[in-house]
Amino acid sequence: MRPVRFNIHPKEAKVEDAVAAPPPGFAGEGFFTTTMSDVVGLARKNSLWPLPFATSCCGIEFMATMGSHYDLSRFGSERVGFSPRQCDLLMVMGTISKKMGPVLRQVYLQMAEPRWVIAVGACASSGGIFDTYSVLQGIDQVIPVDVYVPGCPPRPEAIIDGFLRIQDLVGQESVRRRNGEQYKALLNSYGIE
Amino acid sequence: MALTNQYIQEKLTEKFGETVSNFQEIYGMLTFEAPKEANLKVLQYLYDEETLQFQFMTDLCAVHYPEKVGAELAVVYHLHNLVENVRIRFKVFTSVATPDVFTASQLFSAANWMERETYDFYGVNFVGHPNLKRILNVDEMDYFPLRKEFPLEDQTRIDKDDEMFGRG
Repeated sequence: MRPVRFNIHPKEAKVEDAVAAPPPGFAGEGFFTTTMSDVVGLARKNSLWPLPFATSCCGIEFMATMGSHYDLSRFGSERVGFSPRQCDLLMVMGTISKKMGPVLRQVYLQMAEPRWVIAVGACASSGGIFDTYSVLQGIDQVIPVDVYVPGCPPRPEAIIDGFLRIQDLVGQESVRRRNGEQYKALLNSYGIE
Repeated sequence: MALTNQYIQEKLTEKFGETVSNFQEIYGMLTFEAPKEANLKVLQYLYDEETLQFQFMTDLCAVHYPEKVGAELAVVYHLHNLVENVRIRFKVFTSVATPDVFTASQLFSAANWMERETYDFYGVNFVGHPNLKRILNVDEMDYFPLRKEFPLEDQTRIDKDDEMFGRG
Protein backbone atom coordinates (compact mmCIF):
# COMPACT_ATOMS: atom_id res chain seq x y z
CA MET A 1 0.00 0.00 0.00
CA ARG A 2 1.31 3.42 -0.96
CA PRO A 3 1.83 5.90 1.86
CA VAL A 4 -0.58 8.81 1.89
CA ARG A 5 1.21 12.10 1.48
CA PHE A 6 0.15 15.64 2.16
CA ASN A 7 1.28 18.69 0.28
CA ILE A 8 2.73 20.76 3.09
CA HIS A 9 4.06 23.45 0.75
CA PRO A 10 1.01 24.44 -1.28
CA LYS A 11 1.63 26.76 -4.18
CA GLU A 12 -0.80 29.44 -5.24
CA ALA A 13 -2.04 28.43 -8.65
CA LYS A 14 -1.37 30.85 -11.46
CA VAL A 15 -4.64 30.39 -13.26
CA GLU A 16 -4.42 32.76 -16.18
CA ASP A 17 -7.33 34.05 -18.16
CA ALA A 18 -9.20 31.32 -19.94
CA VAL A 19 -8.42 33.17 -23.16
CA ALA A 20 -4.85 32.24 -23.95
CA ALA A 21 -2.47 34.96 -22.89
CA PRO A 22 0.49 35.33 -25.24
CA PRO A 23 3.71 33.87 -23.84
CA PRO A 24 6.72 36.12 -23.39
CA GLY A 25 8.51 36.63 -26.68
CA PHE A 26 9.68 39.09 -29.31
CA ALA A 27 7.02 40.62 -31.53
CA GLY A 28 7.54 42.63 -34.67
CA GLU A 29 5.77 43.56 -37.89
CA GLY A 30 3.96 40.38 -38.91
CA PHE A 31 5.99 37.93 -36.81
CA PHE A 32 6.33 36.70 -33.24
CA THR A 33 9.13 34.63 -31.78
CA THR A 34 8.98 32.65 -28.58
CA THR A 35 10.20 29.35 -27.18
CA MET A 36 9.07 26.00 -28.54
CA SER A 37 7.96 24.93 -25.06
CA ASP A 38 5.60 27.88 -24.81
CA VAL A 39 4.04 27.26 -28.20
CA VAL A 40 3.54 23.58 -27.50
CA GLY A 41 2.15 24.34 -24.06
CA LEU A 42 -0.24 26.89 -25.51
CA ALA A 43 -1.46 24.44 -28.11
CA ARG A 44 -1.82 21.57 -25.69
CA LYS A 45 -3.60 23.39 -22.93
CA ASN A 46 -6.27 24.81 -25.20
CA SER A 47 -7.10 21.55 -26.92
CA LEU A 48 -7.26 19.00 -24.13
CA TRP A 49 -9.32 15.93 -24.94
CA PRO A 50 -10.88 14.70 -21.72
CA LEU A 51 -11.69 11.04 -21.13
CA PRO A 52 -14.49 10.87 -18.58
CA PHE A 53 -14.22 7.88 -16.26
CA ALA A 54 -17.47 8.47 -14.42
CA THR A 55 -18.71 5.88 -11.94
CA SER A 56 -21.14 7.76 -9.71
CA CYS A 57 -22.64 11.09 -8.70
CA CYS A 58 -19.56 13.16 -9.58
CA GLY A 59 -20.15 11.95 -13.13
CA ILE A 60 -23.57 13.61 -13.04
CA GLU A 61 -21.91 16.87 -12.05
CA PHE A 62 -19.51 16.42 -14.92
CA MET A 63 -22.45 15.99 -17.30
CA ALA A 64 -23.72 19.36 -16.08
CA THR A 65 -20.22 20.76 -16.61
CA MET A 66 -20.24 19.52 -20.18
CA GLY A 67 -23.75 20.89 -20.77
CA SER A 68 -24.59 24.24 -22.28
CA HIS A 69 -24.90 26.11 -18.99
CA TYR A 70 -21.38 25.56 -17.66
CA ASP A 71 -19.96 24.50 -21.02
CA LEU A 72 -16.52 23.01 -20.59
CA SER A 73 -16.07 23.45 -24.36
CA ARG A 74 -15.26 27.11 -23.74
CA PHE A 75 -11.86 25.98 -22.47
CA GLY A 76 -10.92 24.11 -25.60
CA SER A 77 -12.18 20.66 -24.72
CA GLU A 78 -15.12 20.47 -27.04
CA ARG A 79 -14.16 16.95 -27.96
CA VAL A 80 -14.79 14.47 -25.15
CA GLY A 81 -13.22 11.23 -26.25
CA PHE A 82 -14.24 7.77 -25.19
CA SER A 83 -11.13 5.99 -26.36
CA PRO A 84 -8.17 6.28 -24.00
CA ARG A 85 -5.79 6.10 -26.95
CA GLN A 86 -6.99 9.46 -28.26
CA CYS A 87 -7.26 11.40 -25.02
CA ASP A 88 -4.90 13.56 -22.98
CA LEU A 89 -6.80 14.04 -19.74
CA LEU A 90 -8.24 11.22 -17.64
CA MET A 91 -11.03 12.60 -15.50
CA VAL A 92 -11.84 10.09 -12.75
CA MET A 93 -15.18 10.92 -11.20
CA GLY A 94 -16.68 8.69 -8.57
CA THR A 95 -16.00 5.78 -6.25
CA ILE A 96 -13.41 3.37 -7.55
CA SER A 97 -13.76 -0.05 -5.96
CA LYS A 98 -10.72 -2.25 -5.48
CA LYS A 99 -11.99 -4.47 -8.25
CA MET A 100 -12.19 -1.45 -10.57
CA GLY A 101 -8.61 -0.43 -9.71
CA PRO A 102 -6.87 -2.63 -12.31
CA VAL A 103 -9.37 -1.48 -14.95
CA LEU A 104 -8.59 2.16 -14.20
CA ARG A 105 -4.89 1.42 -14.35
CA GLN A 106 -5.35 -0.33 -17.69
CA VAL A 107 -7.19 2.70 -19.07
CA TYR A 108 -4.36 4.94 -17.85
CA LEU A 109 -1.75 2.70 -19.48
CA GLN A 110 -3.62 2.80 -22.78
CA MET A 111 -3.36 6.59 -22.92
CA ALA A 112 -0.46 8.00 -24.90
CA GLU A 113 2.01 10.46 -23.38
CA PRO A 114 1.61 13.25 -22.50
CA ARG A 115 -1.28 12.39 -20.23
CA TRP A 116 -2.79 14.07 -17.21
CA VAL A 117 -5.13 12.82 -14.51
CA ILE A 118 -7.68 14.73 -12.49
CA ALA A 119 -9.41 13.12 -9.50
CA VAL A 120 -12.85 14.68 -9.13
CA GLY A 121 -14.59 14.37 -5.79
CA ALA A 122 -13.85 12.92 -2.39
CA CYS A 123 -14.15 9.27 -3.44
CA ALA A 124 -11.70 9.43 -6.31
CA SER A 125 -9.30 11.53 -4.20
CA SER A 126 -9.37 9.59 -0.94
CA GLY A 127 -12.12 6.98 -0.89
CA GLY A 128 -14.42 9.55 0.69
CA ILE A 129 -16.97 8.17 3.10
CA PHE A 130 -16.37 4.65 1.82
CA ASP A 131 -13.68 3.65 4.28
CA THR A 132 -14.37 -0.03 3.73
CA TYR A 133 -13.00 -3.31 2.48
CA SER A 134 -14.18 -2.95 -1.09
CA VAL A 135 -13.23 0.63 -2.01
CA LEU A 136 -9.89 1.92 -3.23
CA GLN A 137 -8.76 4.63 -0.83
CA GLY A 138 -7.97 7.20 -3.51
CA ILE A 139 -6.97 6.57 -7.10
CA ASP A 140 -3.43 7.75 -6.34
CA GLN A 141 -2.96 4.27 -4.91
CA VAL A 142 -2.80 2.96 -8.49
CA ILE A 143 -2.04 5.88 -10.85
CA PRO A 144 -0.36 9.28 -10.47
CA VAL A 145 -2.77 12.21 -10.14
CA ASP A 146 -2.13 15.82 -11.18
CA VAL A 147 -5.09 17.68 -9.70
CA TYR A 148 -7.56 16.77 -6.95
CA VAL A 149 -10.97 18.43 -6.85
CA PRO A 150 -12.59 18.32 -3.40
CA GLY A 151 -16.32 18.03 -2.86
CA CYS A 152 -18.97 15.40 -2.44
CA PRO A 153 -19.82 15.88 -5.21
CA PRO A 154 -18.05 19.07 -6.35
CA ARG A 155 -20.14 21.67 -8.11
CA PRO A 156 -19.49 22.24 -11.82
CA GLU A 157 -17.62 25.43 -10.92
CA ALA A 158 -15.20 23.34 -8.84
CA ILE A 159 -14.69 20.91 -11.72
CA ILE A 160 -14.01 23.85 -14.05
CA ASP A 161 -11.56 25.24 -11.48
CA GLY A 162 -9.78 21.89 -11.39
CA PHE A 163 -9.74 21.87 -15.17
CA LEU A 164 -8.16 25.34 -15.22
CA ARG A 165 -5.47 24.11 -12.81
CA ILE A 166 -4.79 21.27 -15.23
CA GLN A 167 -4.56 23.78 -18.09
CA ASP A 168 -2.16 25.79 -15.99
CA LEU A 169 0.02 22.69 -15.44
CA VAL A 170 -0.15 21.74 -19.11
CA GLY A 171 0.71 25.23 -20.34
CA GLN A 172 3.78 25.50 -18.12
CA GLU A 173 5.07 21.99 -18.61
CA SER A 174 8.45 21.65 -20.26
CA VAL A 175 8.41 19.57 -23.44
CA ARG A 176 11.27 17.56 -21.94
CA ARG A 177 9.50 16.69 -18.68
CA ARG A 178 8.15 13.33 -19.85
CA ASN A 179 11.65 12.13 -20.69
CA GLY A 180 13.08 13.26 -17.38
CA GLU A 181 14.48 11.04 -14.65
CA GLN A 182 12.07 12.45 -12.07
CA TYR A 183 9.07 11.56 -14.20
CA LYS A 184 10.38 8.07 -14.84
CA ALA A 185 10.96 7.61 -11.13
CA LEU A 186 7.37 8.72 -10.47
CA LEU A 187 5.97 6.17 -12.91
CA ASN A 188 8.29 3.48 -11.60
CA SER A 189 6.96 4.09 -8.11
CA TYR A 190 3.60 2.98 -9.53
CA GLY A 191 5.18 -0.01 -11.23
CA ILE A 192 4.79 1.53 -14.69
CA GLU A 193 7.78 1.22 -17.01
CA MET B 1 -57.23 -25.42 0.28
CA ALA B 2 -54.64 -22.79 0.83
CA LEU B 3 -51.21 -23.86 1.98
CA THR B 4 -50.89 -22.85 5.63
CA ASN B 5 -47.80 -22.59 7.78
CA GLN B 6 -49.33 -25.11 10.18
CA TYR B 7 -49.71 -27.65 7.37
CA ILE B 8 -46.10 -27.16 6.25
CA GLN B 9 -44.92 -27.66 9.82
CA GLU B 10 -47.00 -30.82 10.19
CA LYS B 11 -45.69 -32.27 6.94
CA LEU B 12 -42.08 -31.53 7.91
CA THR B 13 -42.44 -32.94 11.42
CA GLU B 14 -44.16 -36.02 10.02
CA LYS B 15 -41.28 -36.63 7.60
CA PHE B 16 -38.26 -35.56 9.67
CA GLY B 17 -39.46 -35.77 13.27
CA GLU B 18 -37.10 -34.12 15.73
CA THR B 19 -34.59 -33.26 13.02
CA VAL B 20 -36.42 -30.08 12.08
CA SER B 21 -36.83 -27.74 15.00
CA ASN B 22 -37.38 -24.24 16.27
CA PHE B 23 -40.45 -23.44 14.21
CA GLN B 24 -41.34 -19.74 14.36
CA GLU B 25 -43.61 -17.42 12.48
CA ILE B 26 -41.71 -14.18 12.01
CA TYR B 27 -44.07 -11.59 10.54
CA GLY B 28 -46.19 -14.47 9.26
CA MET B 29 -43.30 -16.22 7.53
CA LEU B 30 -42.56 -19.77 8.67
CA THR B 31 -38.96 -20.13 9.83
CA PHE B 32 -37.30 -23.33 11.00
CA GLU B 33 -33.92 -24.97 11.48
CA ALA B 34 -32.29 -28.29 10.70
CA PRO B 35 -28.82 -29.76 11.23
CA LYS B 36 -26.50 -28.87 8.39
CA GLU B 37 -26.11 -32.53 7.34
CA ALA B 38 -29.85 -32.66 6.60
CA ASN B 39 -30.10 -29.50 4.54
CA LEU B 40 -30.30 -31.22 1.14
CA LYS B 41 -32.80 -33.81 2.35
CA VAL B 42 -35.11 -31.10 3.66
CA LEU B 43 -34.74 -28.97 0.53
CA GLN B 44 -35.35 -31.96 -1.71
CA TYR B 45 -38.45 -32.96 0.26
CA LEU B 46 -39.83 -29.41 0.12
CA TYR B 47 -39.17 -29.44 -3.63
CA ASP B 48 -40.65 -32.87 -4.46
CA GLU B 49 -43.61 -33.17 -2.09
CA GLU B 50 -46.70 -32.53 -4.18
CA THR B 51 -48.56 -30.48 -1.61
CA LEU B 52 -45.56 -28.29 -0.75
CA GLN B 53 -43.76 -27.58 -4.05
CA PHE B 54 -41.17 -25.10 -2.83
CA GLN B 55 -39.46 -25.08 -6.20
CA PHE B 56 -38.08 -21.56 -6.32
CA MET B 57 -35.15 -20.27 -4.30
CA THR B 58 -35.44 -16.51 -3.85
CA ASP B 59 -32.39 -16.04 -1.68
CA LEU B 60 -29.47 -17.77 -0.06
CA CYS B 61 -27.27 -15.96 2.38
CA ALA B 62 -25.35 -16.31 5.61
CA VAL B 63 -25.36 -14.61 8.99
CA HIS B 64 -22.49 -14.50 11.44
CA TYR B 65 -23.37 -14.84 15.14
CA PRO B 66 -20.02 -14.70 16.99
CA GLU B 67 -21.72 -15.30 20.37
CA LYS B 68 -23.15 -18.71 19.34
CA VAL B 69 -20.07 -20.80 19.96
CA GLY B 70 -19.99 -23.88 17.73
CA ALA B 71 -22.79 -22.57 15.48
CA GLU B 72 -21.45 -19.20 14.48
CA LEU B 73 -22.50 -19.22 10.84
CA ALA B 74 -26.11 -19.56 9.76
CA VAL B 75 -26.87 -20.37 6.14
CA VAL B 76 -30.35 -19.12 5.32
CA TYR B 77 -32.48 -20.41 2.44
CA HIS B 78 -35.52 -18.47 1.32
CA LEU B 79 -37.95 -20.65 -0.62
CA HIS B 80 -41.06 -19.73 -2.53
CA ASN B 81 -44.01 -21.81 -3.63
CA LEU B 82 -45.00 -20.01 -6.81
CA VAL B 83 -48.34 -21.82 -7.16
CA GLU B 84 -49.67 -20.99 -3.71
CA ASN B 85 -47.54 -17.86 -3.30
CA VAL B 86 -46.16 -18.96 0.06
CA ARG B 87 -42.66 -18.21 1.31
CA ILE B 88 -40.63 -19.99 3.99
CA ARG B 89 -37.24 -19.49 5.55
CA PHE B 90 -34.95 -22.40 6.38
CA LYS B 91 -31.73 -22.13 8.39
CA VAL B 92 -28.81 -24.41 9.01
CA PHE B 93 -26.01 -23.59 11.43
CA THR B 94 -22.35 -24.45 11.16
CA SER B 95 -19.29 -23.69 13.21
CA VAL B 96 -16.88 -21.12 11.88
CA ALA B 97 -13.98 -23.55 12.36
CA THR B 98 -15.38 -26.09 9.87
CA PRO B 99 -17.81 -24.14 7.72
CA ASP B 100 -18.72 -27.04 5.43
CA VAL B 101 -22.27 -27.15 4.11
CA PHE B 102 -23.55 -29.26 1.23
CA THR B 103 -24.24 -27.25 -1.89
CA ALA B 104 -27.80 -26.73 -3.08
CA SER B 105 -26.64 -25.88 -6.58
CA GLN B 106 -27.62 -29.30 -7.96
CA LEU B 107 -31.19 -28.69 -6.84
CA PHE B 108 -31.50 -24.96 -7.60
CA SER B 109 -29.37 -23.46 -10.35
CA ALA B 110 -29.94 -20.08 -8.70
CA ALA B 111 -27.93 -21.29 -5.72
CA ASN B 112 -24.73 -21.39 -7.79
CA TRP B 113 -23.89 -17.69 -7.75
CA MET B 114 -25.55 -17.05 -4.39
CA GLU B 115 -23.35 -19.70 -2.78
CA ARG B 116 -20.32 -18.11 -4.40
CA GLU B 117 -21.36 -14.78 -2.91
CA THR B 118 -21.90 -16.39 0.49
CA TYR B 119 -18.48 -17.97 0.26
CA ASP B 120 -17.00 -14.65 -0.81
CA PHE B 121 -18.29 -12.73 2.20
CA TYR B 122 -18.55 -15.36 4.96
CA GLY B 123 -16.23 -18.17 3.88
CA VAL B 124 -18.87 -20.88 3.96
CA ASN B 125 -17.38 -23.87 2.16
CA PHE B 126 -20.14 -25.35 0.01
CA VAL B 127 -19.16 -28.97 -0.46
CA GLY B 128 -19.75 -30.14 -4.03
CA HIS B 129 -20.11 -26.67 -5.55
CA PRO B 130 -18.88 -26.73 -9.18
CA ASN B 131 -16.99 -23.42 -9.08
CA LEU B 132 -16.53 -22.11 -5.55
CA LYS B 133 -14.46 -18.94 -5.93
CA ARG B 134 -14.90 -15.26 -5.18
CA ILE B 135 -17.56 -13.52 -7.21
CA LEU B 136 -17.77 -9.88 -6.07
CA ASN B 137 -14.55 -9.08 -4.25
CA VAL B 138 -11.05 -8.99 -5.67
CA ASP B 139 -9.49 -12.43 -6.04
CA GLU B 140 -6.47 -11.40 -3.96
CA MET B 141 -8.58 -10.75 -0.86
CA ASP B 142 -7.38 -13.07 1.92
CA TYR B 143 -10.23 -12.62 4.39
CA PHE B 144 -14.02 -12.83 4.47
CA PRO B 145 -15.12 -9.24 4.97
CA LEU B 146 -18.61 -9.67 6.44
CA ARG B 147 -17.50 -11.84 9.33
CA LYS B 148 -17.81 -9.82 12.49
CA GLU B 149 -14.16 -10.07 13.50
CA PHE B 150 -13.25 -7.80 10.59
CA PRO B 151 -13.68 -4.16 11.55
CA LEU B 152 -15.87 -2.01 9.36
CA GLU B 153 -13.15 0.44 8.43
CA ASP B 154 -9.92 -0.31 6.64
CA GLN B 155 -7.36 -0.67 9.43
CA THR B 156 -4.43 -0.15 7.08
CA ARG B 157 -5.22 3.55 6.81
CA ILE B 158 -2.63 5.77 8.41
CA ASP B 159 -3.93 9.17 7.36
CA LYS B 160 -7.33 9.12 9.04
CA ASP B 161 -6.54 10.60 12.41
CA ASP B 162 -9.12 9.63 15.03
CA GLU B 163 -8.84 13.09 16.58
CA MET B 164 -10.25 14.62 13.42
CA PHE B 165 -13.29 12.36 13.52
CA GLY B 166 -14.24 13.03 17.14
CA ARG B 167 -13.34 9.58 18.42
CA GLY B 168 -9.81 10.15 19.71
